[in-house]
Order: sequence, then structure tokens, then C-alpha cells
Amino acid sequence: MALPNQQEKVTLDTFLRGLWEENPVFVMLLGLCPVLAVTNSTMNAIAMGLATTFVLVASSTLVSLLRKFIPKQVRIATYIIIIATFVTIVDYTIQAISLELYNALGAFIQLIVANCVILGRAEAYASKQKLGASVINALGMGAGFTIALLCLGTVRELLGAGTILGFPIFSANFEPWVVMILPPGGFFVLGAWLLLFEYLKQRREKNLLEKEGVTSGSQ
Amino acid sequence: MSQPGQTNAEAQAHTPPPTPGIKMLLTLGGISMLAGLLVVLAFQYTAPIIAENQRIAIEKAVFQVVPGAMERRDFFLDAQGLKTATEGDEASGERIYAAYDANGQLKGIALKAEATGYQDVIRILYGYDPACECVTGIRVLKMAETPGLGDKIAFDPDFLANFNALDAALNAARDALANSIVAVKHGNKTQPWQIDAISGATISSAAIGRMINASGQRMFPLIQKNLAQLKGGQ
Repeated sequence: MALPNQQEKVTLDTFLRGLWEENPVFVMLLGLCPVLAVTNSTMNAIAMGLATTFVLVASSTLVSLLRKFIPKQVRIATYIIIIATFVTIVDYTIQAISLELYNALGAFIQLIVANCVILGRAEAYASKQKLGASVINALGMGAGFTIALLCLGTVRELLGAGTILGFPIFSANFEPWVVMILPPGGFFVLGAWLLLFEYLKQRREKNLLEKEGVTSGSQ
Repeated sequence: MSQPGQTNAEAQAHTPPPTPGIKMLLTLGGISMLAGLLVVLAFQYTAPIIAENQRIAIEKAVFQVVPGAMERRDFFLDAQGLKTATEGDEASGERIYAAYDANGQLKGIALKAEATGYQDVIRILYGYDPACECVTGIRVLKMAETPGLGDKIAFDPDFLANFNALDAALNAARDALANSIVAVKHGNKTQPWQIDAISGATISSAAIGRMINASGQRMFPLIQKNLAQLKGGQ
């Protein structure tokens, strides 16, 4: 590789970063197309999250293993072929598991190819790091992506249909907010989550600043 | 490539030695072959499972729209006549699913129909009973109707009750329906061949009426003509 050695040590942080600090959806705002499109039910969110995680981990593994052999000029083409291969495998697997689920997810399984979280990981991480670090990091990112989809999926299904995983939660008098399972609902719920995350982040920073102020004042 | 603003030394340090074309070719070729191998393996392994899933899905739908059915046989039907569908064979004509009970008695025929709904094409499977000349049930196979409004065509019990015995009698010449099947506004159903639309989902309901009528006008006379052969199941 042309880049100098910046090998990262595998720590717990390699995994956890994808969950919070660098969460692909809530922090990096990547891969929003499936986030908005298939989170109208909890089941779809879980399936999409797992499918993306599998492609992410498998392609990161292969890219990391081949990182010394792939010439820089053709690296993006190579990554896309690798990602497309695993997406095709996932596509067949989901069809074999459940046709109903496959129909519910529609074209978004094939569109995992174009998910920038995966290409981003291959280019920015797996192509530079050893196998272990790449796999752990991909797992963390996949988990972060799945959790983000779940955050949207459960809220949208709960408000839009009054159920979670198909089980009714509210009494029969509950009038579902149909808009929540329609496309606008995706934007509303994503916006609300982003607002919450930003609020929590700012409050933490403010607390830190205040603490620092107190300690430096007492000295 | 040297970026503007970079010093010469920096640019040199960042420029890798040129890669020979043959290496790029080999990399892409090798990766593609590996990809091909993996895809073929996955396909070989899942193809029979997927085929089985599809068979079960069709069977479930057929038995749902033809009450009392236990067994299904596929045929191709067109103006030339009826042909038995054998595995992997695509004969001319429209594929129909004849459904029989445990004793081999013909209970009904399941047919596919489609028409444009509110957002996209709606595909359904519906049952036809040649004995009572009526439609016995529908099942939506594919749709993209609005959740909460148009998608009720798939599960609204009042709407589905329309198809318990929807009149589809043939005319005296036996070459078309005596009365066209149509969807009417909610609460305006007066005739046995009318479909009571869902209020708020008139376009989706009308599409169901249109597709059954179009398919019925074409297929029901042919089914009646070939009824003896269908009953024999050959």
C-alpha cells in the first residue's frame, strides 16, 4: 500500500465506534435510502439490518485480505464487484428463507450494492487495516446500522400500525397514524431521532465544559 | 497525481510507481472469477429451496381462493384448447391452476389477473367455480397501494365478502359474460355481479373489478368449453 503503516490496534473501541461515536446513520448520515424506505415495520428493519451487516462483514473481510494485491487504479471497481457478489448471495438466501420477506423488502436488497456505508468501509478502513480490525469494525458498523434501522422501524410500526413485530400493543381504540408507515413518516421519525441524539451530545459537552470550568476555577 | 498546493517532494512521496496494465487485468479478472464462483455456488444451493417456496406460495394462494381444494394441477389454456403443464415447460396460452378435492372432484379454477391500481400494477389470483359460474375468492399477490386505504383490498373482510359467490354467469351464446363485473361505489351494490367498493379506496376496488372482468370475459368461456377435460384432470 502507498499509505504508511497506520495499523490500528484491535480494541473494544474498534467495535463500539460504529454503535455510537461514528454511527453510520445518526452521526455519519450514510445509507439513508434504505433507512427511510424499508423501516415501515420492525421485521423489515431487522432483515435489512442483518442483510447489510452480512454484506459489510463479508466484503470487508475479502477487501482486507486482498488489500496488498489490489492496484489503486482499479480498487473501486474491485470493491463493487466484491460487494455485488455478496449482495447477490444475500438476495438468494432471503428468497430461500421467506418469499414474503423478500417481497416486502423489494428492490432494496439489490440496492445494498449502492449503500455508501459498505463502500465507505471498504475504502476508508478495510483496505488499510488488518483482517481482525476490519472484521470487528465492520461488525460494529453493521450493528450500529441495524440498531438505527430498529430505532426507526419500531417507532414507525408502533405509531403507524399500533403493533410491534405484528403483535398489537395498544387497545382496539387506537387509531393508527397511517402517515408514519408512509414515506413522510420515515423523515419525521429520522428527524426526531437526530434531534434527540444532537440534544444528548450537546448536553454532555455542556456538562463537560462546566466541570472543566469548576476544576480550573478552583485551582 | 499531484494536487495543486502540494510541494514537489510531497507529490513524489504520494505517487505510487505506475501499475502495469496486466496486473490490473489480472486483478479484475481474478476477482470476477471468484465472484462468479461464489454466485454460482449460492445459486446452486438455493435454487431448489426457492422453487419449493414458490410452489408452496402458489399452492397456498390457490387453496385459499378455491374453498375445499386439496390438490392442484396446472394447465395452459387458450383458444386452441387445453394443455397439461409439465415441469419447466412453457406452452402457449395462459397458465391456470385447476384445484381438486380429496376425491379428485374439480372444485374450481384459480386464475391470475392484473390491472393498474392507484400506484402500481395490482396482481391477484382469484378462484372461479365452473359449476355455479361464480367467483369464489381473491388473493392479492402483489400491490403497492396506499397503506391504510388502498391496501385494504387485500384483507378488508367486508370487501372480500364480495367474492364469496360473485355472479359470473355466461351469456346465451356462451362466449362472454352475461353481465360485466364492475365495482360500484360503497353501499350502491344492487346486483350479484357488482363489487361493493371500499370507501376511500374506490380506485383500487375498481381495478379489482376491471381485472376480474377482463380476465373472466376471456377465460370463463374457454374454461366452460374445456370443462370435461378439466374435470378429468388430464
